Amino acid sequence: MYNFDFVKPSTVEEAVAALADDEAQPLSGGQTLIPTMKQRLNAPETLVSLLGIEALKGVTVGGDRVTIGAATTHATVAREVAEAYPALAALAGNIGDPAVRNRGTIGGSLANNDPAACYPAAALASGATVVTNRREIPADEYFEGMFATALEEGEIITRVTFPIPEAAAYVKFEQPASRFALAGVFVAKFAGGVRVAITGASEEGVFRWSEAEEALSGNFSAGAVSALSLDADGMMADLHGSAEYRAHLAKVLTGRAVTAAG
Amino acid sequence: MPKDGIGASVKRREDLRFLTGTGRYTDDINLRGQAHVHFLRADVAHATLNAVDTSAAAEMPGVLRIFTAKDFEGVGGLPCGWQVTDKHGQPMQEPKHPILAEGKIRHVGEIVAAVVAETLEQARDAAEAIELDTEDLPAVIDMKQAVAEGAPKVHDELTSNLCYDWGFVEENKAAVEEAFANAAHVTTLELVNNRLVANPMEPRVAIGDYALHDDSSTLYTTSQNPHVIRLLMGAFVLGIPEHKLRVVAPDVGGGFGTKIFHYAEEAFCTFAAKQLRRPVKWTSTRSEAFISDAHGRDHVTKIQLALDADNNFTALRTDTYANMGAYLSTFAPSVPTWLHGTLMAGNYRTPLIYVNVKAVFTNTVPVDAYRGAGRPEATFQLERVVDKAARELGVDPAELRRQNFIRKDQFPYATPVAVEYDTGDYEATLDKAMQMAGYAGFETRRAASAAKGKLRGIGLSHYIEACGIAPSNLVGQLGARAGLYESATVRVNATGGLVVMTGSHSHGQGHETSFPQVVADMIGISPDQVEIVHGDTANTPMGMGTYGSRSIAVGGSAMVRATEKIIAKAKKIAAHLMEASEADIELKDGAFSVAGTDKSVAWGDVTLAAYVPHNYPLDDIEPGLEETAFYDPANFTYPSGCYICEVEVDPDTGRVEVQSFAAADDFGNVINPMIVEGQVQGGVGQGIGQALLENCVYDADGQLLSASYMDYAMPRASDLPMIDVDHSCQTPCTHNPLGVKGCGEAGAIGSPPALVNAVIDALQRDGKSVSHIDMPLSPARVWAAMNA
Ligand SMILES: Cc1cc2nc3c(=O)[nH]c(=O)nc-3n(C[C@H](O)[C@H](O)[C@H](O)COP(=O)(O)OP(=O)(O)OC[C@H]3O[C@@H](n4cnc5c(N)ncnc54)[C@H](O)[C@@H]3O)c2cc1C
Repeated sequence: MYNFDFVKPSTVEEAVAALADDEAQPLSGGQTLIPTMKQRLNAPETLVSLLGIEALKGVTVGGDRVTIGAATTHATVAREVAEAYPALAALAGNIGDPAVRNRGTIGGSLANNDPAACYPAAALASGATVVTNRREIPADEYFEGMFATALEEGEIITRVTFPIPEAAAYVKFEQPASRFALAGVFVAKFAGGVRVAITGASEEGVFRWSEAEEALSGNFSAGAVSALSLDADGMMADLHGSAEYRAHLAKVLTGRAVTAAG
Repeated sequence: MPKDGIGASVKRREDLRFLTGTGRYTDDINLRGQAHVHFLRADVAHATLNAVDTSAAAEMPGVLRIFTAKDFEGVGGLPCGWQVTDKHGQPMQEPKHPILAEGKIRHVGEIVAAVVAETLEQARDAAEAIELDTEDLPAVIDMKQAVAEGAPKVHDELTSNLCYDWGFVEENKAAVEEAFANAAHVTTLELVNNRLVANPMEPRVAIGDYALHDDSSTLYTTSQNPHVIRLLMGAFVLGIPEHKLRVVAPDVGGGFGTKIFHYAEEAFCTFAAKQLRRPVKWTSTRSEAFISDAHGRDHVTKIQLALDADNNFTALRTDTYANMGAYLSTFAPSVPTWLHGTLMAGNYRTPLIYVNVKAVFTNTVPVDAYRGAGRPEATFQLERVVDKAARELGVDPAELRRQNFIRKDQFPYATPVAVEYDTGDYEATLDKAMQMAGYAGFETRRAASAAKGKLRGIGLSHYIEACGIAPSNLVGQLGARAGLYESATVRVNATGGLVVMTGSHSHGQGHETSFPQVVADMIGISPDQVEIVHGDTANTPMGMGTYGSRSIAVGGSAMVRATEKIIAKAKKIAAHLMEASEADIELKDGAFSVAGTDKSVAWGDVTLAAYVPHNYPLDDIEPGLEETAFYDPANFTYPSGCYICEVEVDPDTGRVEVQSFAAADDFGNVINPMIVEGQVQGGVGQGIGQALLENCVYDADGQLLSASYMDYAMPRASDLPMIDVDHSCQTPCTHNPLGVKGCGEAGAIGSPPALVNAVIDALQRDGKSVSHIDMPLSPARVWAAMNA
């Protein structure tokens, strides 16, 4: 790790001001950022911790939506969203291990947009809104490919609002080593139709499977997707699975997620 | 059931400190004035190293000295402890293994320069300012390409990348060919034994220290065998006589073979400490461990089994390419040869066997012994080909094995691959394991799985291993450059307590508990009166350390011999005290008595007399009670057993879930059943890791793709079933005093083929079949095989 300055503001305004410096970077749970700094792959001059900002923490359940502060840990979401949005809580409760869940945050996960991360699938399938210090970004416009998002320089996520679907489930198939998603599928059924988001599979990061959405909006059963298939073109291929395998897996998991959503 | 002697499941006394965080590992040691070294490691696999410019780095804050290969002129390379002779009678090709890269980089992770600084961060900062002048060369990664005509050479001074081409037994080759020509059936299997990274929980650490006042050096290191390191480093690398060199290996957090070897970092820290007159410390990061700890396995094999019309095995032949990596690690050449070829008979009467092994240099990390070392590679191919033969012939795999077993009345049994098994009863472990696994009820469970949409399979494997290495004269003939005896000094104190100083080293095995059980049992006192000292060359007799499941069989035997000497002398003293004839003295429950009388004296009275010799046969014997024994075994020991694994495969995803695992081992006599059970469970855990999860993979440029836990899949508790262990089948070893065989590696040796056989069995349904899948049986590979 290289030397860096550390600030821990208590308001969003102070944080944003501290981040105006080019070489400053927000630090949330540190579960992604700190390991890369330890390996000297990342060298911010200033770390601006968001964990001292009470306004960024906590869960609010109101009517048909759940709002989660950016600096809320996975463990908190798993606990506090369990009743209002069980599929989302279950997803959070299955990220990494207890240490990761008690440090890692939803804001960090969405800002990082790892192509194998879990939260992006939930946000996209739920049609969530990512709220920043500057604006509100619909999930459909937020994810811009592997590790790429609509966030601009100096912009921080403050909270995320999830509409609560009628039924939903996330099924994750673990990559054997990292236990991130080798493929993960979040299915959410709303009155207006079904949304299906797939993580872990595509070179473009999380994406919606519109064919499956259409089929499931007419007939919400695993059978509705059994005749469909995903194109292996553009899927990731690595030690843990070929593009064909990932395409196949995403389809199998979609069916399972529909069954699990009931 | 004895309370705390031989055969009792005494709780591990060392666990108190391990579980309360009070163990003392090498990294816990911090010496006054200690400096830190950071190694600049190659990030390319193969390149010329034209120049290393350290001028800017040397000016950086805190830097004490930067070392490059130039500083090691006149220092030896890392020695190889075993010379294999090829099938033409020529010695293997043995390139120099420099401490720091000399002129050329040969694998990612090789040390190019070493920065010693006041702090580790300063050393790392300075390392980034070192300028390397290198020119990339094409990397040699694939073994078959490495030995092809015109391949780039890893070592320019060698004739090729072939270290040796070994034939065993070369004289049998023609007869084997003939048997194949006459066979009624031949089963052929090509397979890969996947490359592994040992990943002990504690990474390697080395601290060098130098004392000016007596010109002596001390190395604290994470080693399984401190005396071996002292000998190799002192005599062959740094030229320090052993009386001026002390090697300490305190608590060591797991070795699994990878901490046997003498590593460059150990020699570096010892050397630099003397140069700088300051202690120099290195603690490996996990990332460094992946590219600098010796790897394991990595064989590519074609095996063939010949059978007659009655399904009797008539011959076996196998051709293996074994990866040595870029340099020969300490025992690397022995692993695919003498620890592998000699086990190819397995549990069977196969009369004719020929083993060919080509050891190959590649631009990868050196490969050496890893839990089982050669024996897992032998067992895997043999137990896979036998299983495949059974399927091809349509016979029950258990029955084909039974039919071909060496029968229990045939021991001692000389195999066609140069070893003589002393004892065994293979049917007993087969029957036991089948009963434990509920073999007969499998079809019911299969149907239950099928009802859930899962494919269920059952697989078994029968292993043999050669442990308790080894008779020194024999291994000497086979090319070992070391003896493989073990030592023990038993020191009895005046008040009757004992300290046993052993050359064996405990790094998880529980010696501090099981060794005292033996000594205490022999005398008839409580094990609490016996303390074990190990891991420091300054206070233990020269010993060869712990590996190859040798500690109880060889180290334990040395301890028994030394204790026998103690008892013999104590009896003399007792006879004198009781004015009786020595021949009439009996030792029982910690007291000496005169046969046929009620005269007796306690153990403590005798030990006190030895140190306060007022009434003592001084004309006859010396005062004191301390004895040393060196034990050199007459033969290897041959543990064996049967493992049965049951799996469920999800046909939609290819995911394998291990449902149950039964292990019936024959370890001969057992000292501490609880410790033995733990050893088997740990070994099976590692075997399941190899079969299902772990894989060390290089790309064509020699970059390690599985260089962290993000991509190298370690087994976790949730990946394992409950492992059912039994060791009630016991055919004691006939040639060591305890009748023990060794249990440390069995689990890792026997389990991979059982698991793979089970998966192949699961996939053998509905008219479909898959003949083989290479390990690890990841979901993607299983799915691909099912949909090929
Ligand atoms: C062992 C392990 C296992 C894991 N397993 C999983 C898994 O199974 N599934 C999964 O989804 N994830 C997994 N993760 C990742 C984990 O969820 C991380 O916590 C998460 O990706 C990052 O969150 P964080 O709060 O730690 O962010 P940090 O590491 O603090 O930051 C990550 C990045 O986001 C930026 N950032 C942080 N907060 C904000 C914000 N509010 N606005 C803008 N930018 C911000 C930072 O500057 C940094 O670039 C795992 C991590 C580990 C270490």
